[in-house]
Amino acid sequence: MSALAELMLRSVFLDNLALSFFLGMCTFLAVSKRVDTALGVGLAVMFVQTVTVPVNNLIFTWLLAPGALGWAGLGDIDLSFLKLITFIGVIAAMVQVLEMTLEFHVPRLHRAMGIFLPLITVNCAILGGSLFMVERSYGFGESLVFGFGSGFGWALAIVMFAAIRERLKYADIPDGLQGLGMNFIVAGIMSLGFLAFAGMA
Amino acid sequence: MSETANRDGTARALGVTLAVAFVCALLVSVVAVSLRPVQQANVKAERVNQLVREALSGIAPMVKTENLEAHVVELASGQFDDGIDPATFDAEIAASNPDTSVEIPREFDLARLRRRALHAPVYLLRGSDNAIHTIILPVSGRGYQSILRAWLLLDGAASKVRALRIYEQSDTPGVGSRIEDPDWQAQWRDRPIYDDAGVLRIGVRTRGGAETDEYAKYLVDGISGATRTARGVDGMVRFWLGDFGFGPFLQRIREANR
Amino acid sequence: MTGNNYWKILTRPLVDENPLTLQILGICSALAVTTALDTALLMSVVVVCVLALGNGSVSLIRRQLPHSVRIIVQITIIASLVIVVDQILQAYAFEMSKRLSVFVGLVITNCIVLGRAEGFAMHNGFCASVLDGIGNGLGYSLVLVIVGAIREFFGKGSLLNLQILVPVSDGGAFEPLHLMLLPPSAFFIIGGLIWYIRRKRPQQAEKPEFTLRPHEQGTE
Repeated sequence: MSALAELMLRSVFLDNLALSFFLGMCTFLAVSKRVDTALGVGLAVMFVQTVTVPVNNLIFTWLLAPGALGWAGLGDIDLSFLKLITFIGVIAAMVQVLEMTLEFHVPRLHRAMGIFLPLITVNCAILGGSLFMVERSYGFGESLVFGFGSGFGWALAIVMFAAIRERLKYADIPDGLQGLGMNFIVAGIMSLGFLAFAGMA
Repeated sequence: MSETANRDGTARALGVTLAVAFVCALLVSVVAVSLRPVQQANVKAERVNQLVREALSGIAPMVKTENLEAHVVELASGQFDDGIDPATFDAEIAASNPDTSVEIPREFDLARLRRRALHAPVYLLRGSDNAIHTIILPVSGRGYQSILRAWLLLDGAASKVRALRIYEQSDTPGVGSRIEDPDWQAQWRDRPIYDDAGVLRIGVRTRGGAETDEYAKYLVDGISGATRTARGVDGMVRFWLGDFGFGPFLQRIREANR
Repeated sequence: MTGNNYWKILTRPLVDENPLTLQILGICSALAVTTALDTALLMSVVVVCVLALGNGSVSLIRRQLPHSVRIIVQITIIASLVIVVDQILQAYAFEMSKRLSVFVGLVITNCIVLGRAEGFAMHNGFCASVLDGIGNGLGYSLVLVIVGAIREFFGKGSLLNLQILVPVSDGGAFEPLHLMLLPPSAFFIIGGLIWYIRRKRPQQAEKPEFTLRPHEQGTE
């Protein structure tokens, strides 16, 4: 059990997809102007991540991994090279479902998030999560924990970032650094902060 | 939009999508399948290099893999079999195939493996004078509840053990698993294998024996509470150094040195 | 399209419309693979290839591609190209491909690739699209190579694994800046790079949302 708890803490803080691995930065920098949009996108990412990482894990384990098709008597086929396109397909489908659900049940949020909802499909953090899951050979339980943890960590980072940016609106920043430059510096400092968790046993 | 235009739209969309999917699938499959053998060789070679590098760390200076020779040895005769490529040879797969393996007679089966392959990979690290500096043997044996896998490193004269690097075991955590501790493994360093008469004496002390026992210097201390695991290591080392393991090969090395 | 136009398509994305520093695209992989110059270079080559081929392919079928499925078809093409490149790397550059780990696969979600496919290749001819792909790829590569060179040089004292400054641990006088090998340094360096570019090209600088009003003389 404690291994899963440790995995959870790692995925949220130490291996934070946004601040340690720089995944999902495009959306990160574009959407974090206001805390409420950031929160919406963060929650959406968290949801998609929690669903897609375990689903992709099942698909990889039972269909794509070398020897995975043993249950169908095709044990020596290795389809792992298909993982990139399969994962993206699953993610695209999931985002589509999410979009339709939001449009139907919470249209206000759907409108507020606008273009950023379908953009979650190409959010590096989501695909990256699934690819890391394969690289680190997580089991199903671990995939669940990792999916939720990494999604939560990303959402946490983006909301914190948005909060800081809202404060920075009133700061007197040198011309060249205004906007994007400052965002990078802030992200760098946040990343430094999250590195401190490396000391946690 | 008229009916026909709609139908065209959907049919067109489907048609284009399928065409693109087909072309992409063809491209990807052709590339993946044709490159598969090259990739597998890479993975195998890398895995071995990695493990051997880990095995050698602290024993030999930075290993340049150019100085590392890989061979496949026919265990019964101790001779190199140059027809088998060490980069792709997998001893465990060979052991489960009746054509390429042999059953180990009970009285010899100290490692409780039941079968072993007819061949095994060996690695020789040569020094700058081209003499053999270290012999690296992959060994395995049955522990308490898991298969133990290790690298057995011998000196160039095959007379003593430089190191026993156990890299895989799933025995009891905190007890049997301590065979992976560097402190326990350090006991193997410079441990002589044979006594003056050439009899194999190396092993793990699993019974309380007197320290002054004449064979004490050949024995490594066991781990209290982990008798079965220690016995597994003992059996593994003694099997692979013995006549049914690498014994004939090591004999040839010693004769070549003389 | 005149030759001059082609030249503009190729060179505009280098500084004036650099995908990274102006359009905020493709950041993800830019930061992660720049701990050393050789991985940054390899990544650049991968992105230029995928951009050029992807743009070219999309441009070829742009008139046949129905509006409703265009994004998913673009993604399919890009994904297939990335798989092919990934497979080639695993076969012929195994060591490097392991160091790049998942980031080659993540080129699929690299905003630049999809962005240019949808934004340019869907509306322009084959040659122009390929050139645009190469141009944007080169712009991306420029940033990657600069960041990679800085991080490797100050973090390890080497460039392309050739030791230039001998670190203290090997008996030299150079104390490596270990921060350079950690994620935050990439953020800081790119931030600094953007600052530099916007001083040279003030038209790229963003206007602040709220400015301090000049202090008015208080009335008694």
